[in-house]
Amino acid sequence: MRTSTSARVGQYAALLAYLAFLAFPFLWLVSTAFKPPAELAALHPTWIPRDPTLDNFRQAFDEQPLLRAALNSLLAALAAAVVSVVIATPMAYVMARHRTALARAATGWVVVSQAFPFVLLIIPLFLVLKNLRLIDSVPGLVLVYVVWALPFALWMLTGYVRAVPAELEEAAAVDGAGRLRTLVSVTAPLLAPGIVATALFAFITAWNEFFFALVLLKTPEKQTLPVILTHFIGAEGVADLGPLAAAAFLATLPSLVVFAIIQRRITGGMLAGAVKS
Amino acid sequence: MTSVTEARRSAPRAPGPGTAPGRALGHGPWFLVLPALIPILVLSVGPLLYGILLAFTDAQSGRTGPTRWIGTLNFQDLLHDTLFWESFRIGLVWAVGVTVPQFLLALGLALLLHQDLKLRWLARALAIVPWAMPEVVVGIMWRIVYNPDAGLLNETLRDLGLGGGRDWLSGLATALPAVIVVGVWAGMPQTTVALLAGLQNTPRELHEAAAVDGAGAWRRFRTVTWPAIRPVALAITALNLIWNFNSFALVYVLTNGGPGGRTRLPMLFAYEEAFRYGQFGYAAAMGCVMVAAISIALAVFLAGRLRGGDRA
Repeated sequence: MRTSTSARVGQYAALLAYLAFLAFPFLWLVSTAFKPPAELAALHPTWIPRDPTLDNFRQAFDEQPLLRAALNSLLAALAAAVVSVVIATPMAYVMARHRTALARAATGWVVVSQAFPFVLLIIPLFLVLKNLRLIDSVPGLVLVYVVWALPFALWMLTGYVRAVPAELEEAAAVDGAGRLRTLVSVTAPLLAPGIVATALFAFITAWNEFFFALVLLKTPEKQTLPVILTHFIGAEGVADLGPLAAAAFLATLPSLVVFAIIQRRITGGMLAGAVKS
Repeated sequence: MTSVTEARRSAPRAPGPGTAPGRALGHGPWFLVLPALIPILVLSVGPLLYGILLAFTDAQSGRTGPTRWIGTLNFQDLLHDTLFWESFRIGLVWAVGVTVPQFLLALGLALLLHQDLKLRWLARALAIVPWAMPEVVVGIMWRIVYNPDAGLLNETLRDLGLGGGRDWLSGLATALPAVIVVGVWAGMPQTTVALLAGLQNTPRELHEAAAVDGAGAWRRFRTVTWPAIRPVALAITALNLIWNFNSFALVYVLTNGGPGGRTRLPMLFAYEEAFRYGQFGYAAAMGCVMVAAISIALAVFLAGRLRGGDRA
């Protein structure tokens, strides 16, 4: 199919506009993070800092317990990712392979759980965790994250299981492999890339999460990175832009790196889950 | 326990596609399902039901006396709470105001990315950035863009000679539109990716046949492309509406509901009611009203979808 030159020019103009809209805010954040205070106060701020500095980063670490917060975030996100995938994979297998009432109910829950406002979930969870003495603790937060990451994990993993031909498992069964043997040596290796992608996605979701962490963690030493970041903004809404930008930039890097790795698999998985439901 | 027996009965009896290995399964499924099922029941289904019950009580934080049933009193109070309804209205304006431009912009971008253009790889990579970023960082980033002095927006306006700029997030008239722009930016990637995947499932031959028959770009889009991506488009729009109506972190960081409550989304309102003022029962009632609103909106949306499906 031929596209006329004028149409092509229009398409490129539109694409450039999109690129600017998507990229400029982030580039501005990076630029702000490396600007000294004098340039931030200047009437005509520039894209590229005239006098780039790392002072903002130093100041950010001085002002808030960023390392401690990053460690808390890392622990919560890792635990949530591992636990949610470990418990979701067998269930996703059943949901994909067996059309039982339970599998249908689970699919229904995956859909319905998207519609509930967190506030209706967090008040009872707050009360339950309080009774279990798990409030204001990272393990308590992990429990919440696991359940919160489950719908998407089940959705993705069900899609990945469906992509593994049932005939392969049957062939193994014909060859005399037991049920568990088939799962471990036939299905699991084929699922492994999907499982890793799902775990990494759960990791990012937990690393980025804010609302539950805000409600459940009160002691600054236990708070996660997103909550600590909001402390840079004062009560009056006034913030010291340089350190704020520096800390925000650092907090984004892990998500960006992990996302770049799994991007293709995630988009594939989202649709795989959608094909037959 | 009824579901237990039902699952056992139906598992071996349903020889549909993909159930073949089920025959030798025995008690397998239960052992496989329980590790996920228990947390779901204890930490999701249970709390949701508990939350709905709380809406009919006078539960408060740090209260010494016992919590009592008060029937529908919370809902009656809510009915006369003009602040809540104002917040609810803002929530609707926000949800629709974000979802519609999000969809149109994402559709445009997906159509462009589907073309054979240079720089496509860059656009694909960049389109993902807002998706990967923590919402809090998105909020912080746009606060810096909107900053009256050191911000990108005012600087650009000054360069273009469009006045000295303003304080976007504290202006009574500009706060909500400014926040909506951020919502659109943050949610575009998921929508674009979903639509792009839908586009890639469009049969290319059909497109070419239509072009040979002399159909213009708009007609090709309406008769070939749109029918192919319609299911994906409807699904992602429904999800976006729900997610946007329930969104919290972005606006919390950008304006915290200000100025003067102009951007106080229902989630922010309920959060303050529950965790600043400790009114758990009342906040739970707000949550119930939000669920009801979402359910009604979804029912209408899905009914429209089915009707549209008959026509197609």
